[in-house]
Amino acid sequence: MSFSYRPSTLVLSAAALLGVLATAPAEAASWWPFSTSSGTQSRQLPSAAAPAPDATVPTQLATNGGAYRDGTYKGPTVDAYYGPLQVQANIQGGQLVSVEVLQYPADRRTSRSINAQALPMLESEVVSAQNTQVDIISGATLTSEAYLRSLTSALGKAGQGL
Amino acid sequence: MSRETRILMGMPITVEIVGEAKAGLVDDVFAYFAAVDQRFSVFKPDSEISRINQNRLAEPDFSREMREVLALADRTKRESRGYFDIRRADGTLDPSGIVKGWAIRNAASLIRASGVDNFYVDAGGDIQSGGKTADGKDWRIGIRSPFNEAEIIKVLVPKGRGIATSGSYVRGHHIYDPYQPLMQIADIVSLTVIAADVLEADRFATAAFAMGKSGIHFLQQQPDLEGYVVSVNGVATQTSGFGAFVTS
Repeated sequence: MSFSYRPSTLVLSAAALLGVLATAPAEAASWWPFSTSSGTQSRQLPSAAAPAPDATVPTQLATNGGAYRDGTYKGPTVDAYYGPLQVQANIQGGQLVSVEVLQYPADRRTSRSINAQALPMLESEVVSAQNTQVDIISGATLTSEAYLRSLTSALGKAGQGL
Repeated sequence: MSRETRILMGMPITVEIVGEAKAGLVDDVFAYFAAVDQRFSVFKPDSEISRINQNRLAEPDFSREMREVLALADRTKRESRGYFDIRRADGTLDPSGIVKGWAIRNAASLIRASGVDNFYVDAGGDIQSGGKTADGKDWRIGIRSPFNEAEIIKVLVPKGRGIATSGSYVRGHHIYDPYQPLMQIADIVSLTVIAADVLEADRFATAAFAMGKSGIHFLQQQPDLEGYVVSVNGVATQTSGFGAFVTS
């Protein structure tokens, strides 16, 4: 943990909310976009963006090298609060090779592009971890939690009978 | 001081009251959220919104609260040039994207009406705070890293304003190649808005997130909104007035 935070709100932890994930096989998830195990340049995130080695939800999911039956498996529709979310896991050669989002909260769809206009230059920075005390945390993790719940269930189907 | 967290509306909701408050205030606040969920949840078959979607309730019979939320949704759709829309592809309505901020704002009003000035309400990371902490200091709010749940990437002092963050790891109907994930993923992963109150922050965080890279420029054009957007490559961009709320 790189910052102090008062304990009563630790319930915000995705792992705590999703005890179901603890039942998934425990190896690094190669599909996860922010996995540290890659050597490709597109994944060279700033240090603040690198996942912590412990307690992150993604690392609790796993492909577990050939542990699944080939096929496509739909997860359940999960309440992401902003709307329903459902994913489908595609297994080839016993491995999770892709995840398709079948349903996603509709209010976030990007269905139109806005008119080109003169845009001012806005200040940018590379994000970095702040090592300081705060009272409250603002962040959106609910959708990703719903995503993981649906995916975990889909992987559970893929692993049945093995 | 009292602080309590419960899971309601599918998310953790925390209420903190600094100092003395009338008996039962915190319970009343949570009861309010539960009532909102009963009325607006599209996952409850007998909620008012579900009955509307099933054509079991005609417009003359809509509740005052439902009319207020639907009017707010219409306004937000206009103000966001159509990006915010509670009407789904199948024609049904899902006002969840506006109900959260609306409910937090109303809960804050309930707290203030009871005579409490120093408090915060945090519902799923959208926050209305008021007054000071128990130590007499300004409330400090961290923006969670979209890349690492255990990190914060910015510290804000909202001084009574509302804060909301929209974001996700997945967006739209993308197919992910696990070996080249960043090539497929959406361009922005987190967008935080500071506004006069949490309702304003929430509805424009949702709308601006849907605009993708253009969202921060939309916020820049609104005099009463400030924003901080993080793109998938770890670069953040802020509106010109955002820095006034940043501390360290």
